[in-house]
Amino acid sequence: MSEAPAGPPAGLRAKGCGEATVLRERGQREVFCGLTGIVWLHRKIQDAFFLVVGSRTCAHLIQSAAGVMIFAEPRFATAIIDERDLAGLADLHEELDRVVTRLLERRPEIRLLFLVGSCPSEVIKLDLSRAAARLSESFAPRVRILNYSGSGIETTFTQGEDACLASLVPELPAEPQRSGPSLLVVGALADVVEDQLRRLFGDLGVGPLHFLPPRRSPELPPVGPQTLFLLAQPFLADTARALEERGATRLAAPFPLGAEGTTLWLKAAADAWGVPRTRFHAVTAPGQDRARRAIAHSAQQLSGKSVFFFPDSQLEVPLARFLSRELSMEPIEVGSPYLHREHLAEELRLLPPGTLLSEGQDVERQLDRCRAARPYLTVCGLGLANPLEAEGLATKWSIELLFTPIQGYDQAGDLAELFARPLTRRDRLVA
Amino acid sequence: MQLTLWTYEAPPHVGAMRIATAMNGLHYVLHAPQGDTYADLLFTMIERLDRRPPVTYSTFQARDLGGDTAQLFQTAVKEAYERFRPEAILVGASCTAELIQDDPGGLARALALPVPVIPLELPAYQRKENWGASETFYRLVRALAGPQAPPPGEKRPGRKAATAPSCNILGPTALGFRHRDDVFEVTRLLERLGVEVHRVAPLGARPGDIARLGDADFNVVLYPEVAETAARWLERSFGQPWTKTVPIGVGATRDFIAEVAALADLDPTPLLSGQDCRLPWYSRSVDSNYFTGKRVFIFGDATHALAAARIADQELGFKVVGLGTYSREFARSLREAAKGYGVEALITDDYLEVEARVAELQPELVLGTQMERHIAKRLGIGCAVISSPVHVQDFPARYSPQMGFEGANVIFDTWVHPLVMGLEEHLLAMFRDDFEFHDGAIPSHLGVSTAEGDERRTTLPSAALSETSAVTWEEDAEEELRKVPFFVRGKARRNTERFALDQGLAIISIETLYDAKAHFGR
Ligand code: SF4
Ligand code: SF4
Repeated sequence: MSEAPAGPPAGLRAKGCGEATVLRERGQREVFCGLTGIVWLHRKIQDAFFLVVGSRTCAHLIQSAAGVMIFAEPRFATAIIDERDLAGLADLHEELDRVVTRLLERRPEIRLLFLVGSCPSEVIKLDLSRAAARLSESFAPRVRILNYSGSGIETTFTQGEDACLASLVPELPAEPQRSGPSLLVVGALADVVEDQLRRLFGDLGVGPLHFLPPRRSPELPPVGPQTLFLLAQPFLADTARALEERGATRLAAPFPLGAEGTTLWLKAAADAWGVPRTRFHAVTAPGQDRARRAIAHSAQQLSGKSVFFFPDSQLEVPLARFLSRELSMEPIEVGSPYLHREHLAEELRLLPPGTLLSEGQDVERQLDRCRAARPYLTVCGLGLANPLEAEGLATKWSIELLFTPIQGYDQAGDLAELFARPLTRRDRLVA
Repeated sequence: MQLTLWTYEAPPHVGAMRIATAMNGLHYVLHAPQGDTYADLLFTMIERLDRRPPVTYSTFQARDLGGDTAQLFQTAVKEAYERFRPEAILVGASCTAELIQDDPGGLARALALPVPVIPLELPAYQRKENWGASETFYRLVRALAGPQAPPPGEKRPGRKAATAPSCNILGPTALGFRHRDDVFEVTRLLERLGVEVHRVAPLGARPGDIARLGDADFNVVLYPEVAETAARWLERSFGQPWTKTVPIGVGATRDFIAEVAALADLDPTPLLSGQDCRLPWYSRSVDSNYFTGKRVFIFGDATHALAAARIADQELGFKVVGLGTYSREFARSLREAAKGYGVEALITDDYLEVEARVAELQPELVLGTQMERHIAKRLGIGCAVISSPVHVQDFPARYSPQMGFEGANVIFDTWVHPLVMGLEEHLLAMFRDDFEFHDGAIPSHLGVSTAEGDERRTTLPSAALSETSAVTWEEDAEEELRKVPFFVRGKARRNTERFALDQGLAIISIETLYDAKAHFGR
């Protein structure tokens, strides 16, 4: 690199006080679009089907992001728009009705169908909400049909989950009258994590407890003014807003990554329920202890090492907080496609002062900065990982953080290990 | 609007990426939204490329649509040029940019860059990956070699007596099925024949090499899907003939040698013996008797499917029971070939249709793409991969060409492996009631990873079920059927059911099973 990397002006760094200013970039992005969320969402909601209305590119993106073509009949598909549709030779709405009818005939077990908008469907202004309403009429009550956009012109990567969950919010039943407070955990979590959290909240006496998304569509959680909710993921801005519009209240907390994050996250709910300190301690101490012991296995490998985040899932800030506070790593740059100041407030406060935050992306400039900084570990997407490895930089591909259970006490060690593994591997390989 | 679960081909701009990524000194600026950058991972993860594809995406967003997406694109071209200093630039639109009609070609030309700018028109709602690769290669060759072409009507000067005949190898791309190794093998073959390889393109070529393509005496087209259009243009413009035989399999390799020798005016005899090719002898050795008449279903791109059918039929003694392709552009040649094998060609890019056909035919071996591998796995049939679409496994560390005599050796091993494993599994099945060999045990050669375990052998496609629904099996007949080795079990079931239908029997007993066996003679 001959040119000096553009260093961030002073003042564009996290101040460790929640009022971080950031390096905002606008250039080529190297992030998936929101359609990608389908890959994990269709596994989570077991009676839902995701029908993308888009192009061959959209179909190919999901197929490639799913990595291996393992499922004969996965619960997602693409209705590929072709030239006849565009030339007006075929009526798009009629075509869509035909495709949906064929699909639902083939798959009688489907109870919830999402029509997922894409860039092409948005650009030609195909109104999927109208289509969803119309189709709902024909298929009710057997199938509920909703729509959201996962398009790359509007959403990055994990924002697809946000859009999907937000589309579910109007469907949630109202909470029963005078029912007392209930807790809603929002964001797709692995079943094993849900079960652990269920036990913890049960022991704390916090409840009734519900999850969004549910495992099956008839189990949609109730919502209303008595509902308090905890975000389990940092990328759920629209979902949170929609829940607030239904009267629910967000409990501010860091995200449940690592021992500390999990404790503070649980504590936000415990405090709202007035759980006594001693009880909170009694319930969470074993988990905290296990988490710390598990994390310790990776500490030697990670402690004191620098880490650089390319923007990807919006998990970057909580992960940087976890790595810096529980594993003593030094975040050089924490890039995120979007920084939700409010939802991240508790996280930003815990970041080491001086951490460079960047929002948006100009991938070439960011690569310049990364190469100049030569971090010990670079967290990035699949398109960049091998090329950076070939340049001698150790990488962790970030998509794994969405496919692996990482939240809660009993996954904290696994989470640390995900970051340690690339480094351990390098130590082992001699040839 | 077409309902698609899996797609055999990517959109056409990915075909263009395969050309750009194969080359050096070339850059591709694509007007596209951010999600389309996923295509990088095809190269960095599946092919394990150690560098990023030379592609810049404009990544416009919704908020740019009202404003100036054209400006955004121009900036992307300008910055890409300044940063990467390519010798030539391809520009084009992905599916979304095609709809907003910004004219990437015009915008890029307006920048007056000091290098050739080649605009690509790849209609994303009509065409697919292979067409995109072919069109891109053709445009590139035309733009870069065109200025070197002699005036129309001028005859090509004859080769000087002292110089060796020379050819270009056309067609290998990034992300191609074994392209890297095929090039190596074919180059070796050509050199042994006494032909000098002038340029290989697009794989490993620079724009300057493309400009010099016209200097060779003729062209070797390895992958017609990618290179035929360009080769035809070179023939028209430079008077270069090109090879029509794709050297996959022993017979085709011999034909190819003869074809090249004729073009180059050389003697093919010493090479034709194919001394280092083991396939013919292995296929004649007695243990291969077992392969006789094995029913094989073949599906892939046209080149590989056609080659596979010929090898299966003539060189391994299998029986081709199904032949198909997703390359509609080559439907005609495939239909002709299918007729020769007495089967109806399957021309489709609908995965479900292929699955239904496999289920219906119950072949003993499937030769297909990664998609068919999954179909076969679910139906419990052995499978070898012969064509794109590819997966990371299709880029093996070892040398494994498909072309030439060594390619034939590789093919023998790869195809025979699932059959031999099938035999082994049969032996295993004979001990099925032993506690170690319980029925749920997963055959080791299937190499099932945990991620795949949960959805193996789920639903049979409806076509298979509807066929069988007319007759019922008595329980002990079903039990008896289970004793039939699994690799012929499907066929036995199918024959018995067909026999029962013909005889007007609604119920299949043990008797019926053996009557059917006698009737069909196997
Ligand atoms: S970015 Fe747009 S066009 Fe590309 S895959 Fe995503 S939704 Fe489809
Ligand atoms: S051990 Fe196996 S292979 Fe050898 S003779 Fe006995 S059955 Fe045949």
